[in-house]
Amino acid sequence: MADNLTKATNATTDIRLLWAWQTIANRLSGVGKGYYAWLAISSALLVTGVAAGIHAFVVGYSHLYNCTREVPWGILISTYVFFVVTSTGLCLVSSIGHVFGSKDFMPIAKRSVYLSILTIVAGFLVIGLEIESPHRMALYNVISPNLTSNIWWMGTLYGAYLMFMAVEFACLQFDRHKLAMYAGFLGVVSGVAAHSNLGAVFGMLTARPLWYGPYMPIYFIASAMMSGCAAIILFTWLASKVNREPIRGEMAKAVDLTRQLGILMICVIMFFQTWKIITGLVGGELERETFLTLLTGQYAFNFWTFEVLAGMVIPLSLYILSRGTNMKMLFWGSLSMIFGIFFMRYDLVVVGQVVPTQFEMGVNEYASLLAYTPSPHEILVVLAGFGLVGAFFLLGEKIFAAHRVEEHAEEVHAEKLTVLETAEKTE
Amino acid sequence: MKINGTEFDEKEAKSPDLLSPMERRAFLKLGLAVTGVFAGGAILSLMSAVESAFASGGHAKKYPYKPHYSMLVYQNRCINCDLCLEACVKTNHVPKYGYRTAILEREAPKSTGTKREFIPVLCNHCNRPPCVRGCPTKATWKDEKTGIVMMTYHKCIGCKTCIAACPYNARYYNDERTSVDKCDFCFDTRLSKGIKTTACAEACPANARVFGDLSNPSSEVYRMVHQIEKTVWVIRPESGAVPNVFYTRE
Repeated sequence: MADNLTKATNATTDIRLLWAWQTIANRLSGVGKGYYAWLAISSALLVTGVAAGIHAFVVGYSHLYNCTREVPWGILISTYVFFVVTSTGLCLVSSIGHVFGSKDFMPIAKRSVYLSILTIVAGFLVIGLEIESPHRMALYNVISPNLTSNIWWMGTLYGAYLMFMAVEFACLQFDRHKLAMYAGFLGVVSGVAAHSNLGAVFGMLTARPLWYGPYMPIYFIASAMMSGCAAIILFTWLASKVNREPIRGEMAKAVDLTRQLGILMICVIMFFQTWKIITGLVGGELERETFLTLLTGQYAFNFWTFEVLAGMVIPLSLYILSRGTNMKMLFWGSLSMIFGIFFMRYDLVVVGQVVPTQFEMGVNEYASLLAYTPSPHEILVVLAGFGLVGAFFLLGEKIFAAHRVEEHAEEVHAEKLTVLETAEKTE
Repeated sequence: MKINGTEFDEKEAKSPDLLSPMERRAFLKLGLAVTGVFAGGAILSLMSAVESAFASGGHAKKYPYKPHYSMLVYQNRCINCDLCLEACVKTNHVPKYGYRTAILEREAPKSTGTKREFIPVLCNHCNRPPCVRGCPTKATWKDEKTGIVMMTYHKCIGCKTCIAACPYNARYYNDERTSVDKCDFCFDTRLSKGIKTTACAEACPANARVFGDLSNPSSEVYRMVHQIEKTVWVIRPESGAVPNVFYTRE
């Protein structure tokens, strides 16, 4: 009796696995050449970047990365910030629908949760290839925690965040919406806590006037919402191309609402940045010099062209002009915003360090700006993060059937029947 | 005007110059003890900026440590001979690409007197060390006995938050130790073995670096920091780190 039961259970498991594999194979086959080309490019970026990071780790980061004693944090830290800000934003914006019950946001929920997992993993990948001894982190974060350290809180809370988001995604896949809502709520709470702690990693450094103060944690959360809106619109558009399905109906309505939220968040960030700059310009010598470096100095091109024009003015204009219906305009606006935001993070991290901490002493050694340019290895690791997001986004669109919400259950049922019929015929 | 029963209008204004040294010291000591400035606060100038120094204050978790290791640098004694740097490298096995202590150079072409001066710098072993607060794994910590900011190399994950947090650029990543490295007032190599001073202070031919105990009234560091005749200052007092390396000129 027991044997029969075990056999039956095993057979069911086998059929389920077979169904799963066959479904994935079916979904991944029969797609256009362009899909495979983009998948190959993204995978190549991921593999090459990881290889470059491992190479640098083995040889020694000091030999292959361009960070120095004076500028210890470079493009890898800013890219980490970029990815985790995007992840938190995706989580927050999508939670409006599936956690806080605004049904109009529901169509974007599944894809956003999936993307928030991808982007946080991309962030972890990049910072994992930046920290000198990540293996020690696993041990000493647990047995020797420093509860006054924002880095410790950020790491711990982002770990919890990733877990909650993964649970939420799994629950959404199996249509366990109530459980997904609870997991999503915990994801939002841990995400906000983790993300504001990331802001505080910078904001608590009294030695760095560009960063110090309560502004950073607040800015990071607002900025995450802005990034989240751009990422949702961008990936929804890309998904419509991948799946050859136009954005319409409920999805179009959700995109329009995301656009409206995006407009609000761009304005909030513009307002925040304006006052941060005005107050910075009347601060101490070190603070003033830092802001002048950004506004009129070496980083002025980055600031005005990438941050202001590409990151805020172009997307704001296109979002407004699109009236929520011109999807191409929304796509270009979002792409431009994400491009600009990448430089916002870069400037935030790098410009915060290029004015020497001992600048005000007036000594020869620290009379001028410090230099930092990313090395080829650093750039490859950055591209690995983008490769990871790109490759798994493409795979996710097929494996998870375009993250559809309402049709998902029916479609899965139909696929299950087909696989079971095939299995029976084989037997 | 009458406050607490005292008629101030009848009193004669008294210049600080007319105060007896004892009165002045008592007043100052009271203020310094109350605000914790002795612990290494914003002593820009005890005489001229006494009020701003008091206003900035210090908030040492524990003051003084016993012994409260600190250093006094006579800025104008330094001749940039680099002997201190060499002694540090040799004693603490500092690699070529890094340094635990350095000598900075400041030029003042418009000055009527000396046109150039040298400023020895090192870890300030702050009483509120931003590096210690930021370290996720307690790889860097403030010794409860001596106040020295120490490193436990095998706990360092290399996130470099401490390097970014330090207002004094006193830290660097040491590839050989696979950890951030910094000055520990030669605790590992000398003090723990009974030697009374640091390698840099011992090597200095001009006695520009004076290592001492801020809790010991017979120490030169104590005497200089607890007096008001000469200006004593610290670097970047506004960072709130409450450093323990003091500067003065003869």
